[in-house]
Amino acid sequence: MQAGKDDIQKTGGNGPSLTREQFTQAFHDMLLIRRFEEKAGQLYGMGLIGGFCHLYIGQEAVVVGIQMALKDGDKLITSYRDHGQMLAAGMTPRGVMAELTGRATGYSRGKGGSMHMFSREKNFYGGHGIVGAQVALGIGLAFANKYRGTDEVSIAYFGDGAANQGQVYESFNLAALHKLPCIFVIENNLYGMGTSVERASASHEMWRNGEPWGIPGRRVDGMDIATVNEAAVEAVAHCRAGKGPYLLEMMTYRYRGHSMSDPAKYRKREEVDEIRKTRDPIEHVRQILLDAGTTQEDLKAIENDIKAVVNDSAEFAQTSPEPDAAELYTDVLLEA
Amino acid sequence: MATDILMPALSPTMTEGTIARWLKKEGDAISSGDVLAEIETDKATMEVEAVEEGILGRILVPEGAQNIAVNTPIAILVSEGEEVPEKSAAAPQAAPAHQTDDAPVASPVSASAAPRALSTPEPEKDWGPTAEITVREALNQAMAAELRRDPDVFLLGEEVAQYQGAYKVSQGLLAEFGEKRVIDMPITEHGFTGMAVGAALTGLKPIVEFMTMNFSMQAIDHIINSAAKTLYMSGGQMGCPIVFRGPNGAAARVGAQHSQCYGSWYAHVPGLKVVAPWSSADAKGLLRASIRDPNPVVFLENEILYGRKFECPTDEDFILPIGKAKVEREGAHVTIVTFSIMVGVALQAAEELAQQGIEAEVINLRTLRPLDTATVVESVKKTSRLVTVEEGWPFAGIGAEVAMQVIEHAFDWLDAPPVRIAGEDVPMPFAANLEKLALPQASHIVDAVRGIV
Repeated sequence: MQAGKDDIQKTGGNGPSLTREQFTQAFHDMLLIRRFEEKAGQLYGMGLIGGFCHLYIGQEAVVVGIQMALKDGDKLITSYRDHGQMLAAGMTPRGVMAELTGRATGYSRGKGGSMHMFSREKNFYGGHGIVGAQVALGIGLAFANKYRGTDEVSIAYFGDGAANQGQVYESFNLAALHKLPCIFVIENNLYGMGTSVERASASHEMWRNGEPWGIPGRRVDGMDIATVNEAAVEAVAHCRAGKGPYLLEMMTYRYRGHSMSDPAKYRKREEVDEIRKTRDPIEHVRQILLDAGTTQEDLKAIENDIKAVVNDSAEFAQTSPEPDAAELYTDVLLEA
Repeated sequence: MATDILMPALSPTMTEGTIARWLKKEGDAISSGDVLAEIETDKATMEVEAVEEGILGRILVPEGAQNIAVNTPIAILVSEGEEVPEKSAAAPQAAPAHQTDDAPVASPVSASAAPRALSTPEPEKDWGPTAEITVREALNQAMAAELRRDPDVFLLGEEVAQYQGAYKVSQGLLAEFGEKRVIDMPITEHGFTGMAVGAALTGLKPIVEFMTMNFSMQAIDHIINSAAKTLYMSGGQMGCPIVFRGPNGAAARVGAQHSQCYGSWYAHVPGLKVVAPWSSADAKGLLRASIRDPNPVVFLENEILYGRKFECPTDEDFILPIGKAKVEREGAHVTIVTFSIMVGVALQAAEELAQQGIEAEVINLRTLRPLDTATVVESVKKTSRLVTVEEGWPFAGIGAEVAMQVIEHAFDWLDAPPVRIAGEDVPMPFAANLEKLALPQASHIVDAVRGIV
């Protein structure tokens, strides 16, 4: 199985591709995630970020392409590999980076860290560290949409590793039974930590995992922003129309180890290099834009802007104060 | 501008490492993502990737060098055409704030551990006329009242709707509130509890009924990791107003897997409130308060009590505060602290003791977290003796916590060591005689009290 290469299922129609403006925006949003994550890796190496830190490098097209299909009020939830989702949702690089360094100015005021950030304003419901838990919570977000009578949808992101958890299938059943507007997005980056999909899952066609419950699914080239977006548009329309959940298997790839302390010896360097060279989601869009007449200078300007934003976030994250000692005791309970 | 490449920390615990091999040499062009070197950490050999583009100007630490501290400059990166400096531009960077910042802060641990001043218990409000109802009816009335009061409240669980509740606690609710708000769930506790917690994070107020609390173990990850911790992990952004309720503890002859008390389990967890009512008034007043509470509340009922009748205020607005114990019987010679079904057993023991001239004060905790330590301590200061009674296992149980609180706050008032009465430290047996032997009886309490008075 290769990232987005083989066996791409086209169960829906080919929608219109993206406009140049959309490609430009996608280039910006994906590159922001890439540069932000590289910086996070750097700060981790400097000892400024402690503990666990799971980078999203390589998977950028998935969240950016899906985000482009959403509207205000749609709800998001994911695992601990969450930095990309947060930036795509419009959370600020400063707030995310400051949380990574455990500072008072972070989204959780330094009490959550890399794996646990939230934004009520951006409808981002976390950053969850227990593999698969976000899927059951995610159908709860969809339940709330339905209970309130809105046409909002919920996106529950999880990896190929989480796809084997029992509660994922309990959630499929509940979502289908109650026709909940939930899009299950399996980010299949081929490895659950160090175990390949082949060694972990008897089924290699995860897009079909919802079939027993009648949940339509598609396998999508998750390295191609236009394809991701087209599939997301179809899934969102399905959910908004009240037809129940939808499953997208995004074939993608992470360039870095599972977490910062993973030497990734379970795969060959050549495998990573090959995908990086031939399938990189950002370079792919760069070429589309250049072919469409965007100049190198235009792209360089975007890159410079992003570099400034990311450097600013790192500076902010390093110079912000640590949380006050009194914060240890706050936010345990709300006043009744 | 020349920049230093620093010895990276490649694991949460790495403080130094060995440069096993340089994969680039001086003068090589570097682009982002290139592997520069291999470093042996305390755990593994890791590749170091370049973050910035440029030319590898100078290697400061040769391969094979060992015990290189994190953040030591190991190479210098320059731009095309730039002169390569001899030495690192910066002195080795100060180690990061979170590792070295040992400036004294207010000492939170001691602040937490020190006995806090206890407020004087307030007298309970008089709610006026009462009528006799069962605990089952009280719970049912509480849910109906809160479902009427707040459209964001809904009930879900196994057999709660069409079947009218496995123990008929939700009888009639489907008819009044409809299937949108009284929702049957498949037998899938992990999934539906996660779903309910997710809905609560958006501000809805689910009541999750577990057919018995034993089945909440299937879902305990969501109760603790998802419901109890999210407010803290989100820096106060996301509360979780939800109630997890159902019968707890031993029923009768249902064996080991269906007979256990979760009081101590859930009371251990910051971010949860844990309520354990005894009477109909407790059940009604505290369930209403639990549903209105903005925090996750574990509400531990008791199957044997469902059919018992107690006087309960008839006032439509009747509600009880979470966190307040009740002195069910006053007495001067010993304080018996207990909760749930054991309150009745303790009162029975107190009657027997009274006939022997010993006046026991019986405290019904009603809430296990937050514990009403003030009421317990005030009583012990009067009686100077403490006996705790619970149905659950003794080790690390509620009795252990109550005794410790009394030791912290009223050690000098004690005239005898506290005594703990609990269920036997074994899985619940099935045989009628063995089951009876496994559970605390009034005679155990009488004997324990007579041993210290």
